[in-house]
Amino acid sequence: MRWEFHNEAPIYAQVMERVERMIVSGVLPPGERLPSVRVFAQEAGINPNTMQKALTELERGGLIYSQRTSGHFVTEDKAVIIKAREELARLQTERFLQSMQELGFTAAQAAALLQQRLERKEEE
Amino acid sequence: MPIFTCENLSKRYGKVLALDHVDLNVEPGRIVGLLGPNGSGKSTMIKLANALLTPSEGRILIDGHTPGRETKAVVSYLPERTYLADWMSVRQLLDYFQDFYPDFERDRAAQMLAHLNIPETQRIKQMSKGTREKVQLILVMSRRAKLYLLDEPIGGVDPAARDYILNTIIGNYDPSAAVIISTHLIADVERILDEVIFIQNGRIVRHTPVDEIREQMGMSVDALFREEFKCF
Repeated sequence: MRWEFHNEAPIYAQVMERVERMIVSGVLPPGERLPSVRVFAQEAGINPNTMQKALTELERGGLIYSQRTSGHFVTEDKAVIIKAREELARLQTERFLQSMQELGFTAAQAAALLQQRLERKEEE
Repeated sequence: MPIFTCENLSKRYGKVLALDHVDLNVEPGRIVGLLGPNGSGKSTMIKLANALLTPSEGRILIDGHTPGRETKAVVSYLPERTYLADWMSVRQLLDYFQDFYPDFERDRAAQMLAHLNIPETQRIKQMSKGTREKVQLILVMSRRAKLYLLDEPIGGVDPAARDYILNTIIGNYDPSAAVIISTHLIADVERILDEVIFIQNGRIVRHTPVDEIREQMGMSVDALFREEFKCF
């Protein structure tokens, strides 16, 4: 399955986020070896240099590490993964607020709607 | 060092200037999209690189040589229209490529063909258009060339065949070789490109990394192309 990309951000940035999500959600567990750049690029349907760039950036952030001959691995440092998970959650919250704002809701109104939604869920 | 260079390259057909003093460098390891409307000079440039035409002015250098015998050994070319006889079978095509090109890796081609369940006894005329395009691309990508020139490799095939063709280009990626893809199906190829060249009326109006277009202009290559080549 080719990965889907939108037009608003560079492809490498979207690849980074996708791999981050795979790591924080446990699809790629700590210590797991990633596919080779070529195979991973083919799986995503993207240029191998773009995949390499995304992995290099992730390595800079500490979420993955590379071993010269055997490829890339997910970090075993749980703290780094937890931090990445929080960062993604923060990003998701920003996006939610942004799209609520586009609909004309203030952050407080958006929070109230979210609260209502939670209370309804508790009743069920 | 660039693998492909145009220096002040012009091609004139009578009074028409098909290529207008083009300067260009393409480095090894890059997959480059040559993008432009019909009649912009894309095919002229590719034909000049294959010594099918000669420049009116300036020159092309491929791995340091002007197009000719030496460069044909290092350039793998997928023409826009097929040059293969339709009575040939897959096996005959493999023999033909093996005879012509010392850098042809027959096993690699045979493996990709087997993966598609194309029997070696099948003749070109028995194949669908999509299958023909796939077979030709497999042959071209199975050479260990330094420069791949692909003229409209995904024109006229269905989306599944397009995906297959693009994946085959990625799967055969070689960091020491460059790939130049001419096409106007930009939305489909963007994801496999490092750089794009926009060509219009025989001139290069833009040569930029794909990331830069998205980062600095906040739009896809397809969107930028539609804007810059808008027809009124």
